Amino acid sequence: MSDTILNVEDLKVHFQVPRGGFFGGRVPLKAVDGVSFELKSGETLGIVGESGCGKSTLGRAVLQLIEPTGGNVAWLGSNITGLDAKTMRPYRKDMQIIFQDPLASLNPRMTIGEIIGEPLKTHYPEISRKDRREKVRQMMDKVGLLPQMINRYPHEFSGGQCQRIGIARAMILEPKVIVCDEPVSALDVSIQAQVVNLLQDLQKEFGLSLLFISHDLSVVRHISHRIMVLYLGKVMEIAPKDAIYADPRHPYTKALISAVPIPDPDRERNKEIVVLQGDLPSPIAPPSGCVFRTRCPFADDECAKTAPQPESVEAGHTVSCLHWQKLGG
Amino acid sequence: MSPILNVKNLETRFQTLDGEVSAVNGIDFHLHKGESLGVVGESGSGKTQIFLSIMGLLAKNGRSTGSVKFKGQELIGMKTGELNKIRGVTMSMIFQDPMTSLNPYLKISKQMNEVLIEHQGRTEEEALKESIQMLDLVGIPEARKRVHMYPHEFSGGMRQRVMIAMALLCKPDLLIADEPTTALDVTVQAQILDLMRNLKKELDTAIVMITHDLGVVAGLCDRVMVMYGGRIVEKGDVRNIFYDAQHPYTQGLLESMPRLDEAKASKLHAIPGQPPNLQNLPVGCAFQDRCEYRKDQCLSSIPNLIEFAEGRAKACFREAS
Repeated sequence: MSDTILNVEDLKVHFQVPRGGFFGGRVPLKAVDGVSFELKSGETLGIVGESGCGKSTLGRAVLQLIEPTGGNVAWLGSNITGLDAKTMRPYRKDMQIIFQDPLASLNPRMTIGEIIGEPLKTHYPEISRKDRREKVRQMMDKVGLLPQMINRYPHEFSGGQCQRIGIARAMILEPKVIVCDEPVSALDVSIQAQVVNLLQDLQKEFGLSLLFISHDLSVVRHISHRIMVLYLGKVMEIAPKDAIYADPRHPYTKALISAVPIPDPDRERNKEIVVLQGDLPSPIAPPSGCVFRTRCPFADDECAKTAPQPESVEAGHTVSCLHWQKLGG
Repeated sequence: MSPILNVKNLETRFQTLDGEVSAVNGIDFHLHKGESLGVVGESGSGKTQIFLSIMGLLAKNGRSTGSVKFKGQELIGMKTGELNKIRGVTMSMIFQDPMTSLNPYLKISKQMNEVLIEHQGRTEEEALKESIQMLDLVGIPEARKRVHMYPHEFSGGMRQRVMIAMALLCKPDLLIADEPTTALDVTVQAQILDLMRNLKKELDTAIVMITHDLGVVAGLCDRVMVMYGGRIVEKGDVRNIFYDAQHPYTQGLLESMPRLDEAKASKLHAIPGQPPNLQNLPVGCAFQDRCEYRKDQCLSSIPNLIEFAEGRAKACFREAS
């Protein structure tokens, strides 16, 4: 778990959106604004944040499914930003994605055998139909689907099973990294645990790296090695998972963690909640300086002027807040 | 003190093209003033249908039998006209998705005033004043200005506050909240839960919290009812349920939750299999396929919900652990 497979530097995705009105023109919406991180082989990096913080856009931009407007994504040392579809294709074998809505991400007119086998057909057209079906059966068995269901259609499966189909499709090429975009959010608690366990088992067996995007901090804590907290397209804090829960430094991380309900009546009723005022500001007109300052209980004039840069708390733990030292742990 | 809501042997059946669906089976419970009840279960466990039955909001193909007494009045079989004097007045419900419950064509002021004018006979002017007060109470900034906006001009969290404000306009004795925070971000969820806790304290409103999130229940509820396959499988005080769960399903549910406050073992305890199809429930206990303590009896007969200690009951053949 030492070699870096993915290196993201100052990644930006700015969408041009109408300003409103007939002659309004267009303004940039900074969905992802200068995000840097690296992902090591066999590691899970959790990406958390509230809706609209840019976590899904970030996942897609890393895979070049959305073209970044700035910055670099390096895959095993070579830059893959802005490659055309054809040059990108060999890299795609190594990078896959699974989505939040398990049923919507499966073509209803294909059998699950065809769905899971399609990446093989695209990337290895030389494999015979018979061999392909054999590989699909093996993968179905690995993800906990009965191989005799190979000719069924997606609507015949429950949500948890559909997510297993999505995972099988992503795994069939034996990729090195999978972007998991809220993979368990739509599932019931008991099924959620099954899918989380499956992802962890696959990671161990194949040495996978995962970018695990979720708004559920409890799940992220369980599955990740390191965690990145996003707010309005910017990284607030990155730290190993135990540090981010035991010793959060950014006021936003603290608020986020304190807000998560804990299934334990005594602890839940006695904990201190940092209640944030107001709502997420519009990403079209983000606040000047630190983007979090409008909801931060500690913001002062300095925060409106200067955008904080990531500073190191200790090895592997960085925080972007002007006052983190003053605020303490 | 007699309970404000008393439900006895409530059953709800839906007639569908594929046959009859038993969504709610033999439900008994009661609720006192100022008390909060958590109703926990997975999708399809029947938790929402119980309260749609109570509110008389079932889909056309649904029929309820049994008894629901609200402040001594029988609701099952009541005429719509009579029911409308109760719904939204002394008993209100809020739903998961506030956007679909608000009329997008009408200003918030119009939608809120209507409730007061219709049910309480207020004048337009009085109604507006009360609406603004209520929006203030639920923490909407600049309520005086915001009351004249349309639903789309509010964020998700604000919309849910508007829904709660509307539900509270007539100072109901019972507020039924169906997954009110599921679609919201955690920081906003914390604000809404805080608001509900205050309502309970200040207005003595009885609250039913329907949710799949055990964390929400832990923070808000006095008593808990766990649903599985259209039945109550366990009920008890919140501390009993969380610290001394007796039904294997409740135990499994608690163990399968990843915890933010402590590092769990490297693997989550998952309940194998999947929730049952209400259309095709097995003979015997609905949880039998997923239960590690299954015995022959579980396959042939349905366990009754039996009180085994003061205020605690479970529906399981297994001896207490």
